[in-house]
Amino acid sequence: MSDIERHTIAVLVDNEPGILARVVGLFSGRGYNIASLTVAEVDSANSLSRITIVTEGTPMIIEQIKAQLSRLVPVRVVHDLTEEGSTVERELVLLKMAGTGEKRIESLRLADIFRARVVDSTIESFVFEVTGSAEKLDAFINLMKPLGLVEVSRTGVVAISRGAAAI
Amino acid sequence: MTANQMNGAEMVIKALGDQGVDVVFGYPGGAVLPIYDALFMQNRLRHILVRQEGGAVHAAEGYARSTGKVGVVLVTSGPGATNAVTGLTDALMDSIPLVCLTGQVPTHLIGNDAFQEADTTGITRPCTKHNYLVKDVNDLARVLHEAFYVARSGRPGPVVVDLPKDVLFAIGTYLAPEQVEPRKSYRPKTDPDPARIAEAVDLIINAKRPLFYGGGGIINSGPDACKLFGELVEMTNYPCTLTLMGLGALPASDKRYLGLVGMHGTYESNMAMHGCDVMINVGARFDDRVTGRVSAFSPNSKKIHIDIDSSSINKNVRIDVPVIGDAGKVLEALISALKAKRFSPDKTALSKWWKQLDEWRKRDSLHFDQAGPIIKPQYAIERLYQLTKDRETYITTEVGQHQMWAAQLYKFEKPNRWMTSGGLGTMGYGLPAAMGVQIAHPDALVVDIAGEASILMNIQEMSTICQYRLPVKIFIVNNQYMGMVRQWQELLHGGRYSESYSESLPDFVKLAEAFGASGLRASKPEELDDVIKQMLAIPGPVIVDVAVDQKENCFPMIPSGAAHNEMILGPSDKQSGGSVSEEGMVLV
Ligand SMILES: Cc1cc2nc3c(=O)[nH]c(=O)nc-3n(C[C@H](O)[C@H](O)[C@H](O)COP(=O)(O)OP(=O)(O)OC[C@H]3O[C@@H](n4cnc5c(N)ncnc54)[C@H](O)[C@@H]3O)c2cc1C
Ligand SMILES: Cc1ncc(C[n+]2csc(CCOP(=O)(O)OP(=O)(O)O)c2C)c(N)n1
Ligand SMILES: [Mg+2]
Repeated sequence: MSDIERHTIAVLVDNEPGILARVVGLFSGRGYNIASLTVAEVDSANSLSRITIVTEGTPMIIEQIKAQLSRLVPVRVVHDLTEEGSTVERELVLLKMAGTGEKRIESLRLADIFRARVVDSTIESFVFEVTGSAEKLDAFINLMKPLGLVEVSRTGVVAISRGAAAI
Repeated sequence: MTANQMNGAEMVIKALGDQGVDVVFGYPGGAVLPIYDALFMQNRLRHILVRQEGGAVHAAEGYARSTGKVGVVLVTSGPGATNAVTGLTDALMDSIPLVCLTGQVPTHLIGNDAFQEADTTGITRPCTKHNYLVKDVNDLARVLHEAFYVARSGRPGPVVVDLPKDVLFAIGTYLAPEQVEPRKSYRPKTDPDPARIAEAVDLIINAKRPLFYGGGGIINSGPDACKLFGELVEMTNYPCTLTLMGLGALPASDKRYLGLVGMHGTYESNMAMHGCDVMINVGARFDDRVTGRVSAFSPNSKKIHIDIDSSSINKNVRIDVPVIGDAGKVLEALISALKAKRFSPDKTALSKWWKQLDEWRKRDSLHFDQAGPIIKPQYAIERLYQLTKDRETYITTEVGQHQMWAAQLYKFEKPNRWMTSGGLGTMGYGLPAAMGVQIAHPDALVVDIAGEASILMNIQEMSTICQYRLPVKIFIVNNQYMGMVRQWQELLHGGRYSESYSESLPDFVKLAEAFGASGLRASKPEELDDVIKQMLAIPGPVIVDVAVDQKENCFPMIPSGAAHNEMILGPSDKQSGGSVSEEGMVLV
């Protein structure tokens, strides 16, 4: 369908047991789509966690998702970062490359272009760390596949709005 | 020990007292024994011992819906909690405020597959408004007070508090409700945005073919909101239809009332929904039983939607003017805004609209013929209505055709008099619900309008009813079929009545007697009035078994996937437009 939109939603929640299950259960129970979900405590004094969800749906579904999230008792605020203006979105990936010889050299060369860092190395392997937009990471991973990529670990997207205004 | 030091079980009793709870519906078991012990040692709080935990939840629903208060349930861990799940789901769907206390294995055994352990918060997460697992006795009082607040505020719903047994024995500090700060993350919005009120008023003033569509949210808001709703309907002289959950929000005798709307609603209500130019939804949620095919739903109207829950807005139907807030507060704001504008309706347009509505009314879509020696189910309900309407009567129902006929034919003048399972459609709801209503209103007449199949789903509660001498009347409209299923099989499955015949039914008169109640039977139309009068004259509980026409179908009916103007009006009308589309077949 043509009117499917992709939105990044930031949810500030009271950090209590079961909150992630509530959010995930809401998405699966109502048939909403989760493209990416990240969560971590961001304010330990007030015991607040931030969940960043990338989701897809028609405008009516996106509106429902936000209303349903707001309705959860431990949810403080829901912000649709995509709708509210320009955002910075970042994701981190760790890639493990195995092999030796020409492919190993080539992967190092490409890593340099993508500003990937080597965070572990042995004679026959590297672990690269890259941050960037999900698209950049996709591109990097695709390039690495033929060069001995054996394992990928991604964090999922975190996002924040540009400018001085805060949630 | 100082006065606010006590064990968890005592805290539970104290918190219930401080929340104004006077009755708890429950069933004991190992994990909640400390609470039963604390109950034993006091006499303020009344405990009603049900016969199955499912009965306790429906009883609490009946209690809550008929009083506007929070219903309270107490069950043990494991099977006690899982038996409560249907009732919790029912309460969630129908926005009924409940607090359900469940026992749990001690904290150090959680996760060990301990005896009677179930992941109660996990299981009930999707079927409660919120739930808690209390692991520290010093959190207990706060959580209990918060649970009551969450259950009754905003859009009401069921809340579960899971209580590990060691927490019930542990000593901690009790906090009174006023010592508990409402949490920042939960602040339901009750006051409407004035800008939205202005937009709504604009639409209301300029409407040519307006319609009020009132729902359960008005009942949730309370009797004052219902009064205001009546006031608004009267001052505008606009027609009004109600959902199954909204019955009683406007007196049925009001001349602007068009009757039930939706799948089994009246012709005039549904035609008005289809033809209106401004729809004013007050506390209804555009349920699929009401809208029919969404793409053909009220195609030419601007829609105002008043609801306390923003997730109800634009869920199924596109809204032009959403007004988020409590129905009572919104109605008050609308009325004063209309008064300030010296509102008077567009007389010419309105009288033209009323002329059309009166034409539709003439179709008399609820008409039935009591001819012949067999009692028509509609006639049974009509006579029950005529013989009980002048009393303080509360009606509960089970689920099926009898429920729909009751909704169509029993006229409610007041809110909170009609208790039915709307959203979940839970067979077995009516008998325990009637029990809860009767506990709350000991001197009122409480009748469960039942089907012979549904009543068997919670028949064990007859034992509770007899134990507490509750004079509940069970009026079984006995067609020996799961009538609603049979009707769908007739209309959609070529009359192949697969497993819908009620085989081997008990003798309901003897069954009543076996429980210690009275049993009566009516098989001929001329017996009916006498039997109902006898039922009313008996001071205790009575089961009335009314043998009715097995083949009767409930009309009007909007078949699944059809539009409001494609309603089937009666058996002879089956062909005209009322055929079910392929998309319709897959709908429930
Ligand atoms: C066999 C069967 C057949 C049925 N056929 C029909 C039928 O023909 N017609 C029909 O109408 N129903 C029918 N139903 C019932 C139907 O399934 C729904 O339960 C019902 O239509 C919902 O009613 P409602 O829209 O009033 O919403 P409710 O379920 O009562 O919801 C209340 C709404 O009001 C809001 N609200 C709550 N509190 C407040 C407040 N204080 N202020 C403002 N808003 C508030 C809530 O957020 C919610 O959106 C049938 C059910 C069964 C079992
Ligand atoms: C717990 C449960 N199981 C199944 C259904 C599906 N169902 C809806 S109505 C109905 C038949 C009800 O029969 P009865 O109580 O005799 O009422 P009638 O329709 O005959 O008036 C059934 C099985 C349901 N609503 N609830
Ligand atoms: Mg039946």
